[in-house]
Amino acid sequence: MSLKGKAAAIGIGELKPYREPTEDSALDLMTAVAAEAIADAGLEKKDIDGLLVGMASADPGMIYPSAIGELFDLRPRMLNVLDIGGASGAGMIWRAAAAIDAGMCNAVLCLTADLNRLGRRRPPMISLMYEFEAPYGAIGANCSYALIAQRHMAIYGTKPEQMAKVAVDQRRNALANPLAYFNDTPLTIDDVLNSRYICEPLHLFEIVSPMSGGAAVVVASPEIALRAKHPPIWLIGAGEGSDRASITYAPEITESAVKGAADAAFKMAGVSRKDIDLVCPYDCYTITVLVTLEDAGFCKKGQGGPFVMEHDLTFSGDFPCNTHGGQLSFGQPGLAGGMSHVTEGIRQLMGRGGDRQVKNARLAYVNGNGGIMSEQVSLILERVS
Amino acid sequence: MSEYVKPLPQPSKTSRPFWEAAKRHELMLQRCEACHQFIYYPRARCPHCFSDRLVWRRCSGKGKLYSFTVVHRPSTRLFADAPYVLAIVELEEGPRMTTNIVAPPQSLKVDMPVTVFFDDVTPECTLVKFKPAG
Repeated sequence: MSLKGKAAAIGIGELKPYREPTEDSALDLMTAVAAEAIADAGLEKKDIDGLLVGMASADPGMIYPSAIGELFDLRPRMLNVLDIGGASGAGMIWRAAAAIDAGMCNAVLCLTADLNRLGRRRPPMISLMYEFEAPYGAIGANCSYALIAQRHMAIYGTKPEQMAKVAVDQRRNALANPLAYFNDTPLTIDDVLNSRYICEPLHLFEIVSPMSGGAAVVVASPEIALRAKHPPIWLIGAGEGSDRASITYAPEITESAVKGAADAAFKMAGVSRKDIDLVCPYDCYTITVLVTLEDAGFCKKGQGGPFVMEHDLTFSGDFPCNTHGGQLSFGQPGLAGGMSHVTEGIRQLMGRGGDRQVKNARLAYVNGNGGIMSEQVSLILERVS
Repeated sequence: MSEYVKPLPQPSKTSRPFWEAAKRHELMLQRCEACHQFIYYPRARCPHCFSDRLVWRRCSGKGKLYSFTVVHRPSTRLFADAPYVLAIVELEEGPRMTTNIVAPPQSLKVDMPVTVFFDDVTPECTLVKFKPAG
């Protein structure tokens, strides 16, 4: 059993992230981005018979997918909410392919959107987090990723400027992306290191900014994909894994379940790391990119710092990485932040990268990361010429 | 003294012995009678071998500073006394704990030895924190 070549991404929708409060609701953004993705796929709403959706923190609720489907009168034959944090977007893609391969549906809308203001009905933390984390001030993700960075620096000698380089190169990508929020001002390593500490050793410019926005992908069967209006982008490899929730209980906090997920994805795809034309690793923080590139096998464990210094991560460089700017420069509209890595991989492979197009891009590695590197999804996408 | 506004643990049937021990200024963890490993946080079954033969044992309170961060800007206003040091301590007995280190941040190094102390934050609740050993 394999999902290789069983389904393809044929359409994407993405809203430009914004920070300022508006009267938009999360459901308005869900609707807007769904319409964009379905039109981009060259399909009509009635063609969508599967729905995978991420819960908007600004408007959560139980029995969620049918409520979202009702918004635009979908009649899905497969529907679900995916709750693996930032990995949800990538996780939807292989689930869509699996449902299609199983014959449950033919065209799946993978949908994420959110507002940057948390609603009053913010989804609660599980009691374990209240009891054993929150009393010590372990609230939110910033401090947990700082714990990863601190130990990575201590064990492997990783330098602050190496982590900063990720944000700097990705900003250069963002400058060529009209959809990125931070796309008008270049960033230097000094800018990053001179920005204030939020959770030491992480500086402000190493941390994503919450935004409002949305992103969606339509995944379809081969029959539909072969008559789509854009080149179909085939899912040829997928892997997923989780090894705990809180960073405190990770087997080693500088290592992640990316390893198992990426190994599974590359095995399914039958391609090697060297074949990959661009990578789209989840980047809630600079340290996340180093750990992901190491665990995905693009460099040796612990060598993420020197690796990003030795390579040019821009769209015209020798190791194009997060060519949309990454979430660090694109912005993080809730779960749509994670989906932005998926849409960028698809966009580049379709040849729709505009000024930031990676030349001859045929294979992309995409990684989704949820929680505190708690859930990992690796995808390999291919354009077949 | 001002009112304590930070989140407090709400002990469950399973975890109550841990918090009651902390109130007595003792660090008690469950140990699995089947696979002999200490576990934290308290559970109904051993997460390693899934045995329910768990017994409470007193721990040394010694460990090492597995990692730490100086939190300058907390995600919640409840921690108005920032900066504070959030840490993961690896106990001599094996398990890791989310905790605080109370010491000047400049004095801290990854893997340095630390020792437990008990912070009676309210009359009802004692939190388990650490400081550099010796």
